[in-house]
Amino acid sequence: MKFFRILGRSIRDAFKSVGRNFSLSLASISCIIITLVIVAMSIVVSYNVENISNVLREDLTIVAFVSNDADEFVVKKLKLDIEDISNVDKVTFKDKSEIKNEMMKEDEAFENAMKTWDEEENPLQHTYLVKVKDIEEITETATAIKNLDGIDVVKYGEGMVDQLITVFKVAERASIIAVIALVLMTMFLIVNTIKLTIFSRKREISIMRLVGASNFAIKLPFVVEGMILGFLGSILPVIGMIYGYKTLYTYFGGKFFTDIIKLVRPEPFIYYAALIVVGIGILVGMLGSSRAVRKYLKV
Amino acid sequence: MEFIKFNGVTKQYKNGVVAIYDLNLSIEKGDFCYIIGGSGSGKSTLIKMLYREEKPTRGEIILGGLKVNKLRNSSVYKLRRKLGVVFQDYRLLPKSNVYENVAFALEAIGLKKRDIRPKVLKAIELVGLKSKLRDYPDNLSGGEQQRVAIARAIVNEPKLLICDEPTGNLDPVMSMEIVKLLEEINKKEGTTVIMVTHDKTIVNKRKKHVIALKEGHLFKDYKKGEYIDEIL
Repeated sequence: MKFFRILGRSIRDAFKSVGRNFSLSLASISCIIITLVIVAMSIVVSYNVENISNVLREDLTIVAFVSNDADEFVVKKLKLDIEDISNVDKVTFKDKSEIKNEMMKEDEAFENAMKTWDEEENPLQHTYLVKVKDIEEITETATAIKNLDGIDVVKYGEGMVDQLITVFKVAERASIIAVIALVLMTMFLIVNTIKLTIFSRKREISIMRLVGASNFAIKLPFVVEGMILGFLGSILPVIGMIYGYKTLYTYFGGKFFTDIIKLVRPEPFIYYAALIVVGIGILVGMLGSSRAVRKYLKV
Repeated sequence: MEFIKFNGVTKQYKNGVVAIYDLNLSIEKGDFCYIIGGSGSGKSTLIKMLYREEKPTRGEIILGGLKVNKLRNSSVYKLRRKLGVVFQDYRLLPKSNVYENVAFALEAIGLKKRDIRPKVLKAIELVGLKSKLRDYPDNLSGGEQQRVAIARAIVNEPKLLICDEPTGNLDPVMSMEIVKLLEEINKKEGTTVIMVTHDKTIVNKRKKHVIALKEGHLFKDYKKGEYIDEIL
C-alpha cells in the first residue's frame, strides 16, 4: 500500500514538473516524437520487408529448361540431380505438351499458332520448376542447376531479386542506424530535462532527505517524469502510424506498385506495432531519467 | 540515561580541515542542550554528523542505541525518521501553504492521508499557527515561518529535535518566543532538543545544559544552571 501511495505521489509530482519546465519538456517530447516517427516507420518497413521476403520465398521459382536433345533417361535423372542440390526445397516437372496446353488456354493468339503443333513439331522445352529454401542463395543454386548436363537455360528473375534484396537490406540498416542515433539524442535531452527538474526541486529534495524519505521515494518522481515524457512523445507517432498505414494500405489496395510486393494487413499488425512504439517511448524516457537521477541526484 | 554519545569523534574534511577533534560528550534522554561556540568551532559539523549528513573520520556516535557512523547510506532515512531538524533559513516550500508544508514531511515518507491530517493539525496547534493554516510562507513573519519549520520537524513525533541556529534570523523577542516553544516541546513531548546558537543571552537566561566548542575541541560542558561567562 505504501508503495502505491509513493507511486501516486510520484505520478502527481511528475505531471506537475512536466508543466513547470514546460519548454524543456516540450523540447524532449518533440525529440521523442521525431525518434518514434522514425522507429514507427522502421517497424512498418521492416515488418513488410520480412513479409515480402516470405512471399518471395514462397513464390520465387527457378525455371530450368531441359535441352530438347536430352533423352528420357537424362530428363528423369535431372530431377534427382536437382533434388541433390542442398538449397533446393521442391522440384516439379512440367512436360512441354502440358506447357503448350496452358499457353493455348491463356491467349487466343497462342491457341491459333500452337493448335497445329504435334509432339514432334512442338519447339517448347520440358521444364523443371524449382523452389529454394534460402532466397539469398538463389543465384548459386540457379548456377548449379544450369551446370547440370541436359539443362539448356535457367531463369529466375535474377537481376530483380538481387536488387530487391539489396534495397531491403540497405533500408533496414539505414533505419536501424537512424533510430540508434535519435534514441541517443533523445536520451541526452531527457537527461537535461530531468537535470533541470532536479535543480528546480533542490529544496524539496533536501527536505525529503531530512524528514527520512527513502531514496526510492526521492528518485521515483524523476523516473516517472521521464516515462511520462516518453509516453506523451509516443502519442503523435502512434496516431500517425495507425492512420498513415491504414490509408496507405487502402490507397495502394494492399500491394506496393506490383503484385509481388504485398503489404501486411493493417489489423492487428499496426496495433501491435503501436504498442511497441509506446513501449520504446516509455523505455527511452525511463532510461534517460534514470541516468540523470544517477548522475545528478546525490541521495 | 545517555541518549547521545560521542566517543573520540574526529572529523576531517577532504580539503584537510579538521572540524572536530577527538570529541567525547554525552546528552541525556529528554535533555535540552545548547551547543555554543564561535565560527569554525565545529558546531554545525557536530550536528551534521548526528543526522548523518557527514560521517566522522574516526570515533563512534551513538544515538538511542544506534551506531550512527556505522549506518549504510541506504539506511540513513531510517535514522532521519526518528529526528527532526530545524534550520536558520526555515527551508519551507514557498508554493505550499502552512498545512502543506507540514504535511509534506509525512507525505514524503508515504503515510496515509487520513493519518497525516490529525498529526499535522496537532503539530500546527502546538506551534500556535492554527489560524494560519492556509497562509503561504511569504505572508508570514520570520518567527511564524520558523514555527512552521518546527511544526514540520516535530510532526512525526521525533525522539530528537536538532535546531541549527533557529533564532539566527530573528529579533530578540521572536528569538525568545521560539526558544520557549522549543522548551515547551521538550517538556510536553519529552523530545530531546539540541540547539546550536551564537546567542549567549538566551543561553544564560534559560540555564540549560550547554556544550561549548572551540576550534573543534570540547571547551566546556556546562551542567544545567551554570552561568556562561567565557567569550567564545
